[in-house]
Amino acid sequence: MASEYNEFIEKDGKMVAKPQTKAIWKTFWILLIITVLEFVVAFSLPHHYHILKVAIFVGMTLIKAAYIMGDFMHLSQETKGLFWTILVPIVFIAWLVLALLLEGGFIATY
Amino acid sequence: MATHAAAEPKQLWLGGAEPMKASYGKLMMWIFLVSDAFTFSGLLIAYGLVRYSHPAFEGVPAEFVFSTEYWPVPEKVFEAVPFFHGYQLPLVFVGIMTFILIFSSVTMVLAVEAGHRNDKADVEKWMLWTILGGITFLGSQAWEWGHFITGTDKPTIVTDIINGVQVTKEVFGANLHVNQYGPQPFADFFFFITGFHGTHVTSGVILNIIIFFNVCMGLYERRGHYEMVEKVGLYWHFVDLVWVFVFTFFYLV
Repeated sequence: MASEYNEFIEKDGKMVAKPQTKAIWKTFWILLIITVLEFVVAFSLPHHYHILKVAIFVGMTLIKAAYIMGDFMHLSQETKGLFWTILVPIVFIAWLVLALLLEGGFIATY
Repeated sequence: MATHAAAEPKQLWLGGAEPMKASYGKLMMWIFLVSDAFTFSGLLIAYGLVRYSHPAFEGVPAEFVFSTEYWPVPEKVFEAVPFFHGYQLPLVFVGIMTFILIFSSVTMVLAVEAGHRNDKADVEKWMLWTILGGITFLGSQAWEWGHFITGTDKPTIVTDIINGVQVTKEVFGANLHVNQYGPQPFADFFFFITGFHGTHVTSGVILNIIIFFNVCMGLYERRGHYEMVEKVGLYWHFVDLVWVFVFTFFYLV
């Protein structure tokens, strides 16, 4: 880890590496801007575009989830094995969403 | 050289190496988070099922009134902000809560970054900000629950059948028995989903406080690495991740 740093500062009589936080703040701004965009979409698109709205919300939520897991939880820096061990089971959630939301629609009609 | 190459795979399977280059604790935290993701998905998808099995409100949003006949429009339910009584500010307070949680996630990742540099003072600083963010979020949620339970100024007229007799009554707020905002399951899911998430935030804050205490006592400095900060960090980011989904599927859609 220490080899990544080439600038050091003195703190309480000890030498510590200079923080490298540029990427973290960049991710923060991306998350914030997406959340603000969600608000803009929620109150500017007319309500009869409901399905389009939901699609935009789902897409933006997945982008936010990707940034949180990839950058904040460092999943993108883990080995390919760990990366897919975590992501592959999510397929079951996608299936459950499809199955139960369709089922809910049928309960409403009958 | 040949003997060395033969000995290596044997060592791998005796537990001498870390599978997928992650320590045991980190790997198990990830596996736990996957299982926890399934629990939250179960709750949110059940919400979707029940929502779609109720009729939706078919009118113009401006003419929306609370009724148990159809599922409420969330932005009409969550439009109160502390100190702004009487103003209609749809989703503003929940937006503030989202910001608080995303920001505490940033301070957490800054604490992890400081841990990589073995910078004790910075880890302390950012852990403390993360704890403060978590407590602020919990306080906001307590206020929102209080408002949801107490209800709006005007009651909703609800028709109910008690012992076979049709009874009309005025309902303020919601609990697990009555709900002024819409069908009863709407209130039940509100309490269960945000409550289950709030429980996670609470335990996350407690874990963060324990780790913060250990950092201050110099435990991880003596150990030589701050991996424990990384592990609670994973949990804390997961709590933020779940909130991103709750925000979209409970409040926005």
